[in-house]
Amino acid sequence: MLLADVNETFWFPPKASTFAQETDSFFMAIMWISTFFFVLIVGVMLYFMTQYRRRPGYRGDSRALHNNALEITWTVIPTIIVIWIFARGVYGYMDMVRPPAETIDINVTARKWDWSFQYPNGAISDTLHVPVNKAVRLRMRSVDVLHSFFVPAFRAKTDLVPGRVTTMWFEPIQEGIYDLFCTEYCGDQHSEMIKRQGVFVTSYDEYEQWLAEAAKPPTHPVAHGYWLYARRGCKSCHSVEPDRRIVGPSFAKSYGESLTTSTGESVVFDENYIRESILNPQAKAREGYQNASQMPSYQGQLTEDELMAITAFLQAMKQDDFISVVADEDGLTKEDAISLGFGDEEDSAETAEAGAQEETAEGDGTRPESEEASGEATSPDAEQDQ
Amino acid sequence: MSAVPADSARAQQEERENFLVFSKGFLSWALTLDHKRIGLMYLIGVMSAFFLAGILALLIRLELMTPTNTYMNNQTYNQIFTLHGAIMVFLFIIPSVPAALGNFLVPIMLGAKDVAFPRLNLCSFYLWVSGAIFFLAAMFYTGLDTGWTFYTPYSTTTQGPVVAATLGVFILGFSSIFTGLNFIVTINTMRPPGMSWFKMPLFLWATYATSIIQVLATPVLGITVLLLAAERLMHIGIFDPEYNGDPVTYQHFFWFYSHPAVYIMILPGMGIISELMSVHSHKSIFGYRFIAYSSIAIALFGFLVWGHHMFTSGMADVTTIIFSALTFTVSIPSAIKVFNWLATMYKGTVQLNTPMLYALSFIFLFTIGGLTGLWLGALSTDRVLHDTYFVVAHFHYVMVGGTLVGFLGGVFHWWPKMTGKMFSELWGKVSCALVFIGFNLTFLPQFVLGSRGMPRRYAQYVPEFQELHVISSIGAFILGIGLFVALGVVIHSLMRGRKAPPNPWGGATLEWQCSSPPPYYNFATPPRVNDPYDYTPLEYRDAERGWEYVHPPTTDTPATEPEPART
Ligand code: HEC
Ligand SMILES: [Cu+2]
Ligand SMILES: [Cu+2]
Repeated sequence: MLLADVNETFWFPPKASTFAQETDSFFMAIMWISTFFFVLIVGVMLYFMTQYRRRPGYRGDSRALHNNALEITWTVIPTIIVIWIFARGVYGYMDMVRPPAETIDINVTARKWDWSFQYPNGAISDTLHVPVNKAVRLRMRSVDVLHSFFVPAFRAKTDLVPGRVTTMWFEPIQEGIYDLFCTEYCGDQHSEMIKRQGVFVTSYDEYEQWLAEAAKPPTHPVAHGYWLYARRGCKSCHSVEPDRRIVGPSFAKSYGESLTTSTGESVVFDENYIRESILNPQAKAREGYQNASQMPSYQGQLTEDELMAITAFLQAMKQDDFISVVADEDGLTKEDAISLGFGDEEDSAETAEAGAQEETAEGDGTRPESEEASGEATSPDAEQDQ
Repeated sequence: MSAVPADSARAQQEERENFLVFSKGFLSWALTLDHKRIGLMYLIGVMSAFFLAGILALLIRLELMTPTNTYMNNQTYNQIFTLHGAIMVFLFIIPSVPAALGNFLVPIMLGAKDVAFPRLNLCSFYLWVSGAIFFLAAMFYTGLDTGWTFYTPYSTTTQGPVVAATLGVFILGFSSIFTGLNFIVTINTMRPPGMSWFKMPLFLWATYATSIIQVLATPVLGITVLLLAAERLMHIGIFDPEYNGDPVTYQHFFWFYSHPAVYIMILPGMGIISELMSVHSHKSIFGYRFIAYSSIAIALFGFLVWGHHMFTSGMADVTTIIFSALTFTVSIPSAIKVFNWLATMYKGTVQLNTPMLYALSFIFLFTIGGLTGLWLGALSTDRVLHDTYFVVAHFHYVMVGGTLVGFLGGVFHWWPKMTGKMFSELWGKVSCALVFIGFNLTFLPQFVLGSRGMPRRYAQYVPEFQELHVISSIGAFILGIGLFVALGVVIHSLMRGRKAPPNPWGGATLEWQCSSPPPYYNFATPPRVNDPYDYTPLEYRDAERGWEYVHPPTTDTPATEPEPART
């Protein structure tokens, strides 16, 4: 059983943020009020149904009745109750929309159908890592359609609206691993736009460690390209297994192939085609994908270096051994990269995969100064348009 | 004059001239101006739409038995839930009670021969038909995947037939507006002498309130879908951020219609329940004036609460709080209506027949639907529950547990009047029990799913939720069976049903004074207008004769043809 499962109840997921206590007890308060009225109404109904049912020898009255006292009572009492409910709802809401002065600010970008999180030190990850007992503020935007950020365990939800920046905050109070859901319908893979156990609440030290680690993309272009593929949302639409179509075409064995566009032109899947596809996806669509959900443009979101890295990665996707490594369950790990010759030899303890990083992060608490610096140097300065 | 002896020459003549058979042939139906025939055609239309969308619901529930894709992929799932929602809302619930039952009942309850504008009435029926065909063709041809809400910018960028579907909605909107207009004029001008506003049956009050919303709110929907189509085709830049539009603006537009539309859906259901509770309790309605006024109050307040669909969309805090407050204000009149219905039974003579059982189920289910609205109106809990299964369960309790169950109750209640046939009480009750059990089994678990965090519109979900989903699906199939039994009951009654007396339940509203089914002219002589809830002069004879007036009601009215009342 995960730590996070503790204090899960019949009605609620774990109480992992400061909002949980108030919202849950308010939820239960409304529950008791409602139960009272429900039992009253149904009780009276059943009683009248049996007491006054048509039967031989019984003759009911049929004239109208009036009872002012009764009518006033059943107007005034519910009114008072709903005023109380309204007020307490506002009270809880004010807490939810007023972040404290000191917060850790994380930028969230949602796109069909993935999340990416940019941390204060520039690190970008597709999972959310936050320290326990620290207020976190999310600055959120969507690059395509509406999405909504919802972590049930935090009792926190806010929509991401393209063209606007929305913010929300929460303060985790329990370490553990939680789910993140998209709750605003956003198309084909809406139900896959989740981070199953992708929200990590850890101690502040562990968070800091992870952060330092995550800020460093691999330096080898192929590994870097894969790193971007996994973090910048490509993964949710493009597979790396041959012929597996998620929404867009698979990346396996594409490079160098010549293909037909929807207008019947023939193009070669080369550096320029890749570049155009990423920056201006609607310029040429591949045959058979006219009705697919549109790829968002990455214009202004990826640097030239990153485009080159992605290109290198796509080019490597020609090789069978690379494909089989990348397509297996844990993706391209550090070890895989090294064995294929794409590794960054200097820091062999590191892994390229986000999930794997999480586990190994505890292992190497202290790292040489120099690495920190190299991490800084290569850290992506993408998302500049925020 | 009422209660014509069954064997009299008059009765036989009315029998020959009943609206179902007095003229024959396809054209006599297709071009009819008779509100009763139009109502019946609507009934068939909306029921077909309902069964279509209901089958889609079962497909959805079948798919959701497992956390992963079983027989539908995500895209198909999205199209199916869109179809289900869109058909249910636009083709079934909105026209169900007003267009089908309302058309049949409004003129008869007024003792009139027809609605004010019979041609307009036929016109709205054909608008409904063509809108429906347009809409369905568009959606089945390429599959629409926007959800019934058409939220932008998804709807402006997806490949589906959005423009065609919105045009369908646009046409359907006109049908709705014309029907509303017709009823407003009919009720204003054609009340018979003696029927003042406060002598009107409550069903008419509810229809009147509904019509006001239809006329005032539907144009906004029309504008919204036109703007949406324009945005899609010409990028006018109002909803799509890529062209400097704002998606939240779309939500304001959309809910400005669609929240009042919730009352288009529920108010007529409430009207039906007011009639059913009184007639089957053989007891004058408790708090007549309150129920009448509250229908209008709900209709008007309903225009001010649309923002409660957008508590997480990033509206300003003050706006959000105001919308929450306004939302709670509309809850009070609805709550009091429930108390009034219960008080109506007090000391009455409650006959637990099929329509009454449906009415009681309505009270049970609608109470749950209304109470669960408290969680969603309150801001802090709504932030958590918004767009989860809690909301799904809540609005199904209101729309299905409320409107659909009320509609079924109404269909059973007026079935003998519409067709002249009695139905099987036993099987009617069985259908009610199955619907009741199935419905609760389907939607109660969804409240728990929602509070545990299951988002709506998910084709696949995390495995923890499976157990509750399976229970819900089983419930859905029981509900489905219940509805098919109900359908079977009415079809069986058409073929084998015993002949219905003019007044099988003991109702005092005017429709029970003409024969069952009514002659095409409704009333041979103007009916006597009396208090619609005064049951004292009615006496039960036997199954064949039903209820009859022992002494003519006292209100004296001129024995002339009912002239339009001066307003
Ligand atoms: C919302 C889903 C989606 C996302 C996210 C996405 N793509 Fe695409 N992509 C598509 C679709 C659909 C096509 C095919 C239609 C077309 O060519 O425009 C495509 C086409 C491509 C092509 C051309 C492939 C071919 O065979 O024609 C490349 C290269 C590409 N994407 C790269 C990327 C990269 C790199 C990323 C991440 C930075 C990415 N995509 C993210 C959906 C997506
Ligand atoms: Cu989504
Ligand atoms: Cu609403």
